[in-house]
Amino acid sequence: MKNLRVSSSPHITSPATTRRIMLDVIIALMPAVIAMVLLYGFYPLVLTVLSVSMAVFSEWVFNVVTKRPQTVRDLSSVVTGIMLALNLPPVVPFYVPMVGAAFAILIVKMLFGGIGKNFANPAITARIFLMLAWTGVMTRFVLPVDLSDGANLFAYFSHGVDISLPDAITTATPMQHIKDAISSGGDPAEGLSALDMFLGRIGGSAGEVSTLAVLIGGVYLAVRRVIDVKIPVLYIASTALFTAIFFADSPYVGEYVWTYLLGGGLMFGAVFMATDYATSPKTPVAVVIYGLGLGFLTVVIRKFGTMNEGVSFAILLMNIVTPLLEKIKRKPFGTPVKGAREIFAEIGAKFGKKSSRDEEGGECVG
Amino acid sequence: MKKSAMPQELKFSMKGKGKIVTNGIFASNPVFRLVLGMCPTLAISTSAFNGLGMGLAATVVLVCSNALVSLLRKVIPDKVRIPAYVLIIATFVTLVEMLLRKFIPALYDALGIYLPLIVVNCIILARAEAFASTNKVGDSVLDGLGMGLGFTLALVLLGVIREFLGSGTFFTGSFGDVEFGVTLGDLPDYSMAVFVLPAGGFLTLGLVMAAINAISDKAAKARDEKHEEEGKLIDEMVREHVENELAETENIAKDEVYAERSLPSSGDDGDMPVGEERK
Repeated sequence: MKNLRVSSSPHITSPATTRRIMLDVIIALMPAVIAMVLLYGFYPLVLTVLSVSMAVFSEWVFNVVTKRPQTVRDLSSVVTGIMLALNLPPVVPFYVPMVGAAFAILIVKMLFGGIGKNFANPAITARIFLMLAWTGVMTRFVLPVDLSDGANLFAYFSHGVDISLPDAITTATPMQHIKDAISSGGDPAEGLSALDMFLGRIGGSAGEVSTLAVLIGGVYLAVRRVIDVKIPVLYIASTALFTAIFFADSPYVGEYVWTYLLGGGLMFGAVFMATDYATSPKTPVAVVIYGLGLGFLTVVIRKFGTMNEGVSFAILLMNIVTPLLEKIKRKPFGTPVKGAREIFAEIGAKFGKKSSRDEEGGECVG
Repeated sequence: MKKSAMPQELKFSMKGKGKIVTNGIFASNPVFRLVLGMCPTLAISTSAFNGLGMGLAATVVLVCSNALVSLLRKVIPDKVRIPAYVLIIATFVTLVEMLLRKFIPALYDALGIYLPLIVVNCIILARAEAFASTNKVGDSVLDGLGMGLGFTLALVLLGVIREFLGSGTFFTGSFGDVEFGVTLGDLPDYSMAVFVLPAGGFLTLGLVMAAINAISDKAAKARDEKHEEEGKLIDEMVREHVENELAETENIAKDEVYAERSLPSSGDDGDMPVGEERK
């Protein structure tokens, strides 16, 4: 009899806990982490560990200092830490992910009330903060190293702590390449291979370069029903659509579309960042506008902005308007669904009445 | 006991002219409390020296304009008071601008457009409207001084934080030919440029304001608890007093009732009280 509980509705229970969901996201992030190690060696992995430990530590300290119930066990700060590290260039000084993780957890998440109350995705906001704080470091990318030589596994340790990286090993990312093509009017896909971009053999952010790894994680999340598949699908589709629209006058529309889809952080952002529960809308209309807005902003920033990549800014901006999107009028539950005939009849009646009234008015005046 | 408690409270709120000055600096700091003058605050507090210069320039204008507005408060017609205030403020801003240009050209260049914009700084207009137009000249000058110093303090505080994090220096600037300030070793190489950008301004302002609110909330809570205890004491005293009074009046009323009752009830027996109860 002790197990009988009296409570108010809702009575539906679900085995999904925050911890379980976050664990799923961590599992989904693993392919990207493995791809990162395979492409860049162990240094980015060290950065990931630093980022995660700093994120967990910040949350723990904040809860202890402000005397709140301890929330580090829900693993959400681990997810934030991994996402942030995957968003950084593979070779940054060790303090960059630490400052970023502390910023993400303390300022973006905990100061706004903790998990579920953050106004924007902590990892993406921290990335933008780091981008503005250390622009030079955050825009210097390297090519993946050849790991057939075992020594290369540790290639970047010697450069990692230094703020200035030798120019010889830095590289232009495909996004930089496309940006140059926009201004020169050349072919954006020149020298780029779709297979390399799909597998990640290009310069870029540590965990974002491998589209394949990100998609494997995305499929896992979709199968586990952790994320709303509509958001990434809409985001990617609308990016393709708006790229086609904005580059309609260029002779290389097709090239722009596929390089924009495979380059930069679009896939990673669409699968892991834009689908954050607390900052993405739930109602159908809002989801559509959210997805279209993300694609639109991404393309606009990529084409007209001064920066090469627009995914993070697009997601941050759409996160901020999410509460407004959720307010878009919804029918109360139980409102009868109107068929087309009724709607036409209503419109007809409206106009009919109006016109008759107008005639009456006209007569009166006459 | 009760009589001695009340005048003390009154005396506390009427505590001298110093209160007007400290009010502007702490209790209603224009930046952190009234949230006025946000545009110059965010734009100028990129370094402590700029903040200090802007704050002092605004203070001079604030004191002078408050004095003049207060002097003219009975002359200015109500309907055109805002244009009149703006005219007065603009006069002093022009003076300050000319003086700065002549004597501290470095600061003049750093402040740029924000110096002439003191004319429409909400702090100065707000104090003219809210304080100087209804108070005596001496009080208005003190209010202008307090508000100006509060503004300066806020700008310097934000400037020190933003300069340290954003450019890795402490209070650098030049006064005439004299250069001063500390560059902290290699720190400028590692500084976070975001704090000198507008985004960092909002970030710093928000965090400092949050910290100040947290501290003052704590203080207010402690004060409230103290007040509550005092209030309880006073309440008890009042209740006692009221009870005493009530008891007295009841006694009087009872005496009257008894007196009334004693007259007619002397004739009847028993029935009368029941009828009274029904009423």
